[in-house]
Amino acid sequence: MSDAAAWTSPSMRSLRRIAAMVVRYSLLLKNSWTRIFELAYWPTIQMVLWGFISVFFRQNSSWVAQAGGVLIAGVLLWDVMFRGQLGVSVSFMEEMWSRNLGHLFTSPLRPIELAVALMTMSLIRTLIGIVPAALLAIPLYQYSIFTMGLPLIAFFVNLLVMGWALGLMLSGLILRFGQSAESLAWLAVFLLAPVSAIYYPLSILPPWLQAVGWALPSAHVFEGMRAVLFEQSFRLDHLAWAAGLNLVYMAFGVAAFLFAVRVARRRGLLLQMGE
Amino acid sequence: MTGAPSSDISVQGLTKRYGDVVAVDGIDFDVPRGACSALLGGNGAGKTTTISMLLGLLLPTAGRITVLGQDMVRRRYRVLPRMNFSSPYVDLPHRLTVRENLAVYGHLYGLPDVRSRVQVLVRDLQLEGFIDRESGKLSAGQKTRVALAKALLNTPALLLLDEPTASLDPDTADWVRGYLETYRRSTGATILLASHNMAEVERLCDQVLMMRAGRIVDRGAPEQLIRRYGRQNLEEVFLDIARRRGIAAQEAAQ
Repeated sequence: MSDAAAWTSPSMRSLRRIAAMVVRYSLLLKNSWTRIFELAYWPTIQMVLWGFISVFFRQNSSWVAQAGGVLIAGVLLWDVMFRGQLGVSVSFMEEMWSRNLGHLFTSPLRPIELAVALMTMSLIRTLIGIVPAALLAIPLYQYSIFTMGLPLIAFFVNLLVMGWALGLMLSGLILRFGQSAESLAWLAVFLLAPVSAIYYPLSILPPWLQAVGWALPSAHVFEGMRAVLFEQSFRLDHLAWAAGLNLVYMAFGVAAFLFAVRVARRRGLLLQMGE
Repeated sequence: MTGAPSSDISVQGLTKRYGDVVAVDGIDFDVPRGACSALLGGNGAGKTTTISMLLGLLLPTAGRITVLGQDMVRRRYRVLPRMNFSSPYVDLPHRLTVRENLAVYGHLYGLPDVRSRVQVLVRDLQLEGFIDRESGKLSAGQKTRVALAKALLNTPALLLLDEPTASLDPDTADWVRGYLETYRRSTGATILLASHNMAEVERLCDQVLMMRAGRIVDRGAPEQLIRRYGRQNLEEVFLDIARRRGIAAQEAAQ
């Protein structure tokens, strides 16, 4: 197949549409330094705050003293999930705010391609948000999250994918219920924080809440993170559970988003959405 | 039945209901290839709803839509690269410049040479003065020209325009009409527009579909309708129909 023919194949055309949407969201970031600053601002503030709390606990808590970076790692990894979700939902809301959905959904862009573009942009936004905070922790607290090595990649990917799944579900809800549901994009993920075992083991929760926690990929990731930090062991069972659950969450997230688009087409919402 | 083979749009029994409200009530029409047709009617007549269904933005409750030879409900992705639209009800991202927006849509439509196509449109639609301005900072007239540029990016075989000259001053509106006439002549494109502007319809369109309360209550060439209703212009015909004085004339014609 010639280069020209390859470029016009259906899969290449699909990739090109996804790339166009990623460029569209990147241009939005590039044109506004305040948005880039804001992306890195909250993870950094959180890391600084929890870094000093860690310093204090290291001297006064035998549990934290065993693994000094456990709180900072928890903060940074939790932000991966939060930024992952927000990266999908906020990019989608940008389309609603600018009343652009009508143009998008009458172009050859398919809803699933839009979802892939939103996820790609979420990865970029998450990296912009997290990497500066992770780097700043090294000189401030002599803690590098990168010392976790390969398990860090597994944790990052699983939390990001869970964030994507939540972001797609929330985008579907926002498409269905409009501006009244927008606050969910900022709040919903915090509902999961207490049962995600970010800063403490799941075992301290009441049994019925532990059951809820084990149903979340995030709880397996944070239990796995503590195993690496405290026991220097990489728990494949937690990784397998997190990955398996994420498959289910992603399937549900994509299905919810596509269903919401179909409902919007049935109810005529795509022309009405806007500021 | 899929309508005449030379029709770029063929609609049969098209219906849209929202609960008990019937927005479009079993309409039928064809738009021949290369023709310009207009949907005319007052507010709430069903024009925008009809255009939304033709674009695939809205699913019909019942009926059949064939666009450029394809079933628009089931196979719209085969057709969407060959059609385009503009509407005052949608916007381009405000914080991207005009050039950035056109480039993004150029890639979404899979143009082989986006830069060249954008350059041509910038020249033809006289966008030079604001091509690098953020789209949210344009005047109404500039926005309309940019929306038209976006609608023409893929040199569509079918162009759907919802109120293409709404909120434009007479000079700019006249310029847009002239451009549409030229585009249609040079490409052989089919145009369907919804408008409240009767002079615009008289100038641009070969066929008028008069809508009221979700139904097509009359149709024909502008001069035929004017003759049939015994009026001086299309605006008077529109008022007759909107005020239901045209029913007798319509029945007589049938």
